Order: sequence, then structure tokens, then C-alpha cells
Amino acid sequence: MALDAKAERLTQPEVAGGARRSNTQQAILLLSRVWSWVFLVMLLVYFSAAGTGFFSLRNSQNILVASVPIILMGLGQTFVIISGGIDLSVGWVMGLASVVSALIMRDVIPDQPVEVQVPLAFVAGLGVAGLAGLINGLITAKLHVPPFIVTLGVSFVARGAAWVLAEGNVVAGQPPQLRSLGNESLFYVVRGDEGGFYFNLGALRGISDEVCTVLNGHLCRPELSGAALRGLDRVFTWPVVITFVVLLVLAFVLRRTQFGRYTYAIGGNREAALRAGVPVDRHIIMLYILSAMTAGLAGVLHTARFSGGAADSGDALMFTAIAAVVMGGVSLFGGAGRVAGTLVGALILAVLETGLVMINVQTFYKYIVVGIIVVVAVLMDQARDLITGRAETVA
Amino acid sequence: MSAAMEPILQVENLVKRFGGLTAVDHVSLAVYPGEVVGLVGDNGAGKSTLIKMVSGVYQPNEGAIYFAGRPVNISRPSDARDMGIETIYQDLALAGNLDASANIFLGRERKKSWLGGIVRTLDEKLMIDESRTLMEHLDVKIPTMQAKIDNLSGGQRQAVAIARALYWHAKLMIMDEPTNNLGVVEQGKVLDLIRRLRSQNVPVILISHTMHDVFAVTDRIVVMHRGRKVAEKRTAETSHEEIVQYMVGAKDDSRAAAD
Repeated sequence: MALDAKAERLTQPEVAGGARRSNTQQAILLLSRVWSWVFLVMLLVYFSAAGTGFFSLRNSQNILVASVPIILMGLGQTFVIISGGIDLSVGWVMGLASVVSALIMRDVIPDQPVEVQVPLAFVAGLGVAGLAGLINGLITAKLHVPPFIVTLGVSFVARGAAWVLAEGNVVAGQPPQLRSLGNESLFYVVRGDEGGFYFNLGALRGISDEVCTVLNGHLCRPELSGAALRGLDRVFTWPVVITFVVLLVLAFVLRRTQFGRYTYAIGGNREAALRAGVPVDRHIIMLYILSAMTAGLAGVLHTARFSGGAADSGDALMFTAIAAVVMGGVSLFGGAGRVAGTLVGALILAVLETGLVMINVQTFYKYIVVGIIVVVAVLMDQARDLITGRAETVA
Repeated sequence: MSAAMEPILQVENLVKRFGGLTAVDHVSLAVYPGEVVGLVGDNGAGKSTLIKMVSGVYQPNEGAIYFAGRPVNISRPSDARDMGIETIYQDLALAGNLDASANIFLGRERKKSWLGGIVRTLDEKLMIDESRTLMEHLDVKIPTMQAKIDNLSGGQRQAVAIARALYWHAKLMIMDEPTNNLGVVEQGKVLDLIRRLRSQNVPVILISHTMHDVFAVTDRIVVMHRGRKVAEKRTAETSHEEIVQYMVGAKDDSRAAAD
């Protein structure tokens, strides 16, 4: 069936991307795609020039550590928002997971060896988060309650449950080895005479002491004390490593797998996805479970980092994570967005957080900056949609 | 001819209600191999609702559906597609944020296995190549296979929807206003396509407002009026005028039969 006549006419000016555009439109289009990267680089340059000690190995690690919960919560949220939903429960689900994982180690299995305690605490924290996600997903997909309402409700339930379980306190009294999981790192940089670059192979079970003597001991964490210990830089702490592994896996899932394709399709046209045979309800349920579990992982890692479970550990971070996702170019209308964008958004927020401190500006200004950026980001999104003509089909 | 053959699709006394409204009221219909059945009626006559019960979008309140002689329960669109019922919807049902190839393979993506099947990724190259071949075979030009549906013209989108239905070698093709977005030349090509499907023994249900198209390609015409089937005529034995009389309710065979 040839659409020759019309197709030929249409292929000429309308090639892949729509009508001819003015230079201004081209510029806006380009800007809307790359502004977050440009903005991140500008922030880095500015703070490096203005803030003493901003441009340093240690601070780069502080930024990464600060970005861990934002990235994790943002990752699940990225999937949910691309599918056309929203998950407002992640902040308190993170807190609930943090509390549950801490309680497991302190109260449920206090007498087990730490090798048993820690994995079970992870499983329990992720499990309780997954349950919250299952509830979000079931009610959203099967009962057609708007996700805004469902996840808001689950957020309050998780909030109450977390505080009740924690009895209003931080759940301390954790095994001492937990702290190293939350704070030790893949690499070390030591200053001074004996200084240099060290791996942390000693962290792996079954690595014998002999391995650690190879390469003058640079494969294992050095024994240090005093000034040398204070001068030790931890590069890529375990939570950062775990976060980036999860990020790479989820970026791959979104770009390369059927799971990712379904996520975009549901966000683009849910009815069309359904008619094409996509198991829409099941997929939406899985997306909310995924979102809750990335938040749960953030909670468990919080417990490890601070050696204690905190119900309110994620409260202030949820909207930060959503801001990161929006800044990263994920459309709140659904159907568009990338994991890399969310990473950039999260880094912008973490850089602002640390950078403003270093130039002696109260961090409260951060909120003003973030608020403006989020709105500008959405305006850019809409400008792009107007230019590419997508807005017409949305409306 | 039909008496000797088993119908591919047979629906009996299908009823669909939306609240107090009976959109489809005890409609029975049979479609035989190699036959093109026109389904006509005014807006709101229940044509689209009827075919959406066959394609799994709606579930009937009453009645039975038989496919290839067996009673079937089509509880979701994937059930219909798995049986070999492909539908081109009036609204096309394409995801505008995905490209042509992603839409053609949506829900049935081709995958590559890695690490002994633990990891399965989309086989983009295969899907794009197959889509390109298909579009070339249909003689449809789209700028690139990577262009999003939102950036294609109405005719190009229609072509993608048709290509998707054709790719899977349907046993029954349902087309709801397939020529809606098309120019005159392209409309002719769609009619050629319907004739080609018939020659391959694939039955087609054609919903159309364009009487010219219906008379050009159908073997039989079923007319619906306010949810009921009011006439079923061999195309060769009726006329535009008669069909229009049924469509507007001036004639009604079902009443006549009941009296």
C-alpha cells in the first residue's frame, strides 16, 4: 500500500523531527537537552574557583556520598514517572526500611554473627519496602486510584509505622562491623611519607594476609593512626559503589530491555500499550515495587552509614529526589526521560549542598535555587514539546 | 459457499452495556475464510464496541464468541492477538513517544539472549530491519525507522498501524476506519491490501463510513443501528440507498423477523 504521493510530500520538509525550525527554536531545543549538564559544569567551575577546598578529592567524595540517597530514590522514581505515575511514598519508605533493618540486627537476631545479621537486615529492609511498593502498585493499577493519592497515603502509613517501630528514637546499638560497610571504601589515598594509593581487597572474605603484603601492601587498607588516619581519603565508599552498580543496571534495563520498553510505552500511551498486549497492570505494579526498593536500599545504606536506623532519614530527601528527576529531563507527563539525566540532576543538588557550605552561604539558599531550577526545567520541557509538536498530541 | 465452510469467527448474541446504555444488543455475526465483511452504521451504532469485544478491549456482558470453531474467552487484547486476531483501531493505538519499529513489535519484542538466557535484551537491529523491510514491502516511506510516531504524518502513522497488524500474519483482520487519515491514492492502496488479504484467505472485518469503499471490497454488509444488527446483505444484492435506509433506521430486518 503505497502512500507515495503524500509520503513524498511529507518526507521532504518534515524529516524526522518535524517542521523547519527557526534558529531560535533550534537553540532552545539544544539548550533544553543539554542545559543540566552545562549547569552542573558551571556549578563545579564556580565552586572550585570560589570555595576553598571544593576542588579536592575529599570533597568530590563528600558530594558522591551526599548524592547516594538522592540517586537511589531518583532511580526508581525515574521509572515510575516515565510510565506516567508518581511515587510520593519513597521518603518514608526509606525511613521505614532503615528502621526495620536496624531493628533486625539489634532486637530480632542480636546473637547471630554479623555475617548473618547484615544480609538478613538488608533483605528485611528491602522486603518491607517492596511490600509498600506492592501496595502502591496494586491500588494504582487494579483499583485505578491516582498514584498521587495512593502513594501519599502509603507515605503516611510508612511514616507512622517507622516511628512506632523505632519508638520515636534512632535505632542504635548496631554491630560495630556495620559501620565499615557504610563508611569504608573501595580505594584509599594516604598522605605523607608512606602515602599513596591503596586498594581495599582486605574487605573481601577469604583474602589472606599474604595477598596484602604484595605490592608493598597497596592492595589492602593500611594500618594508620593519628594525623595519617585523619588525612586518609576514602574513595568510593561502599554505598557509593553499590549505588553506581544499581544505577548502571537500571540504566541498562531502561535502555535495552523489554521492561524498559514497556515503561516508555505505558507512559506514552497506556491504552495503546494495553491493546498491543503489554501486561500493563503487572508492569505498573513492578514499577512501584522497584521504586520502593530503591528507596529501601537507600534506607538500609543509611543504617549502615550512621550505624543506626532513623525513621525520618528520607523525609527531606524525597522532593529533592523528584527535583533531581525533573531536572534530569524526565517528563512529568510520562513517556520520556533517561537514567543519565537523573544522575546529573542528583549531582547538581549534591554539588549545591556541599558547595554553598564551602562558600559560606547558608544552605537554606539551596532550596530557593532548587525551586527556581525545577520550574525552569519544566518550562524548558514544555518549550521543547511545543517546538517538536509533541504538546499538540498531549493536549 | 459459506454453508460448506466453517466460520473463522462466530459471535452469538453479544451484549455490551455501559451503565444504562446498551451499546451492543444481542448481535450475532459469522465471518468465513477469505471473506470481507463490511460493518456499517451511524455514529454510536455500536460497531466499534462490537469489534472491541472480539479484540479483547471490552468483555461482553452476555453472549459467546467462537474462533475457529471453538468457544473462546477473550479477556484481554493479548488473548486476541495470540489467537491471530489483529486489529487496526480507529485511533490507531500507537505510542507516540516510540518509533515505528518499537510500535510494530510492541508487546511482542524480539530479544537476544546473553549468558545462557539470564539476560535478555531487545534485538533492536532485527526489529528495525524487519520493520524497514515491511514498510518497503508496503511501499510506505517514512524518514527513518527511528523517527517517533509523534513526528510522523497522519498517513504515515496509519501505515505503521497497518504494518503492525500485517506483520503477525493474522487469521482474522479487523480494520476500524483504516482509510480515515489517508489521501485518495492511499485509500485505493488500502482497498488493494484488503483484496490481497482475501486472496490469501484471510478474512477481514471492515468498518467504514465510506460507502464507496464498502461496496468496492466487501462480500457482505452488516448494518447496525442503535446497538442492534438491523440488516445483513450480500454486497452484490443490495445498493447504497438500501444500506443507508437501514443505517438511519428507516428499514429494520430484525423487527420484521420478530414480528
